[in-house]
Amino acid sequence: MLKTFKIGGVHPPENKLSSGEKIQILPVPEQVIIPLGQHIGAPATPIVQKGDTVKAGQLIATATGFVSANIHSSVSGTVVAVDSVTDAAGLSKPAITIKVEGDDWEADIDRSAKTEHNITLSREEIVKAISAAGIVGMGGATFPTQVKLSPPPGSKAEILIINGVECEPYLTADHRIMLEKAEEIVVGVQILMKAIDVKRAVIGIENNKRDAIEKLQSLTAKTLGVEVCPLKVKYPQGGEKQLIKATTGRAVPSGALPIAVGAVVQNAGTALAVYEAVMKHKPLIERVVTVTGKSVKKPGNYLCRIGTPISKLIEAAGGLPEDTVKIIGGGPMMGRAMVNPDSPILKGTSGVLIVNDKEGARKPSRNCIRCSKCVSACPMGLEPYLLMTLADHNMLEQMETEKIMDCIECGSCSFTCPANRPLLDYIRLGKARTGAMIRNKKK
Amino acid sequence: MNKLLISPSPHVHSGDSIEKNMYGVLIALIPAFICSVLFFGMGALVVTLTSVIACLLFEYLIQKFLLKQQPTVLDGSALITGVLLAFNVPSNLPVWIIIIGALVAIGIGKMSFGGLGCNIFNPALVGRVFLLISFPVQMTTWPVAAGFNTSYLDATTGATPLALLKEALKTGQSVSDIMTSGAVGSYRDLFLGNMGGSLGEIAAIALLIGLVFMLFRKIITWHIPVTIFATVFVFTGILHLCNPAQFADPIFHLLTGGLMLGAIFMATDYVTSPMSNKGMIIYGIGIGIITVVIRVFGAYPEGMSFAILIMNAFTPLINRYCKPERFA
Repeated sequence: MLKTFKIGGVHPPENKLSSGEKIQILPVPEQVIIPLGQHIGAPATPIVQKGDTVKAGQLIATATGFVSANIHSSVSGTVVAVDSVTDAAGLSKPAITIKVEGDDWEADIDRSAKTEHNITLSREEIVKAISAAGIVGMGGATFPTQVKLSPPPGSKAEILIINGVECEPYLTADHRIMLEKAEEIVVGVQILMKAIDVKRAVIGIENNKRDAIEKLQSLTAKTLGVEVCPLKVKYPQGGEKQLIKATTGRAVPSGALPIAVGAVVQNAGTALAVYEAVMKHKPLIERVVTVTGKSVKKPGNYLCRIGTPISKLIEAAGGLPEDTVKIIGGGPMMGRAMVNPDSPILKGTSGVLIVNDKEGARKPSRNCIRCSKCVSACPMGLEPYLLMTLADHNMLEQMETEKIMDCIECGSCSFTCPANRPLLDYIRLGKARTGAMIRNKKK
Repeated sequence: MNKLLISPSPHVHSGDSIEKNMYGVLIALIPAFICSVLFFGMGALVVTLTSVIACLLFEYLIQKFLLKQQPTVLDGSALITGVLLAFNVPSNLPVWIIIIGALVAIGIGKMSFGGLGCNIFNPALVGRVFLLISFPVQMTTWPVAAGFNTSYLDATTGATPLALLKEALKTGQSVSDIMTSGAVGSYRDLFLGNMGGSLGEIAAIALLIGLVFMLFRKIITWHIPVTIFATVFVFTGILHLCNPAQFADPIFHLLTGGLMLGAIFMATDYVTSPMSNKGMIIYGIGIGIITVVIRVFGAYPEGMSFAILIMNAFTPLINRYCKPERFA
């Protein structure tokens, strides 16, 4: 019996069209746009001006406060603007635009293909290097990694969990790096173990990635304390609380962080970025992105410089299909629809999904028939049908008692609903308002 | 390129729909329908068709002319109400009574609350109980299951096994006297549906096939039907062990009086049953206990319809106090 989490969950069609496609290198574009807020927390503060020349890997904006991350230039060239651009969601956000000239890297970055195994840095030095490299959670949540590696006083990490689940349909970027950069990831895992001072690490991978499981199992057979845990394919297993439950059986209490049960979760892509930052001095300036969709000519996985326009990636995959109705940054369950295909690839962009007219549009919402399928699907054990009604009527206290703040916004409820009710839309609204009420109460 | 669509996640849908579930239930009802035609002949066909057409028509007329809504008669829910109403009446019921039943089921049981998803009580049962109270004679003269050639209005009539049992117990006979007298029929007859009764409730085997189909298609979960079966089995089993002369055995209770039909198709109605698994189990236990109490101690020989309606009324309360298992 494969392990998995206990309550709820759904199994959307996997559609991993690009799982057999090797990672290719996307050519450096003529211009990159690097937003200053690519992470959760305060946007970084720019330290370059219009007209400055920069090298690939050079620091161009520094973290503003504790929960923030450094930003580096992903290309060499001239800064042409430090102003606002329209992001993928259509909002105006601060960004640095760089015109590309050549491909000149910072001198201390080791670009050789040789895998380094010897971890010489101390705990503090590792966290410092990760912080300097501007690493954030690469699964999409983009929480600054150094914050996760500094447990609050009084709590102690016992186990490191590496998220190689990739439970979102279509996406294959993590799958490919676990296959092609397995050695580096294993070193990255060991670095992270040293950083949080734990003796045990589990790499959770869903069983639809047999090749990656076997590859990592063969590599970790001799590595002390690192274990690969194959998991049953079930969405949303990549959710932090679900993954901890699936791999360790521990349940993170409502409102608490994973450290409450002694766990620290990091994405497989983050482990790779950590390896590169610590062993190769390479900041987070490129990442693997899946470009996929049912009508896409050549779905694939590309190593892209941060800031490359998404349209360039789509061109590499054979251009935008005629029947496109939606472009999604991320996967189909939790990704965000984009207004603008020219918006840049960010640190948290795991995939670009191009949706055709057959699956794009929503069907009209109908009466709730109280079939309770949303209740069975919810991985947090909530009642989406009830929360939707409460949100509609703005009943804040009731929403709080019904644990709306536990919702992880995985979308299993809306996905399941036979009446096509926009359950998660209303729950998000209710969550935002309830969250504001709770914060106001505390003041 | 078309204009890009923007909407919040999730961007895919399971493809499940109200129709898929409703028509799935209808498919699950087919074996029971075939059995009823085999045992009761044309009467079963006439009653079912009348009931279905009347339910669809009333729903259409009410939505179109009274509520001025876009009619949604094809969503399958009125179809199910029609079939279930027919399954809960004798196969020799006159057409006009069925039409009144359909009007009460759809008009009062469903549309007066706001239509699909808003009703508190199972519409088919509202119709059935209304008829049972208003037309007690017609509603309790069941044709004998004589085969496909049974005539519609002139069939030989007889009582159901439960009614026979109740009458006989009143005259001082013991349970074993009645069972051996041959009036009730063997367990094999009861299991296959060779007995008097409402047209859809007789063949346990056909209803169980429907249950397996619905479980397989994930239309319903096991909680409600299995809890009802278990409760009735345990409760009547205890009574039977205490006094075998006065109380029939649990298998007899499971196979008779619409218990299968009610537990599998009526109590599991989405709209009127609880939302959480714990709630469903409490609801099932309630239905089981009330059914047995009515059957054994009450005035009516069978109590499934009343038990379900009573527990329907408790459903909002159950939903309020039975929360699903939270993550932590």
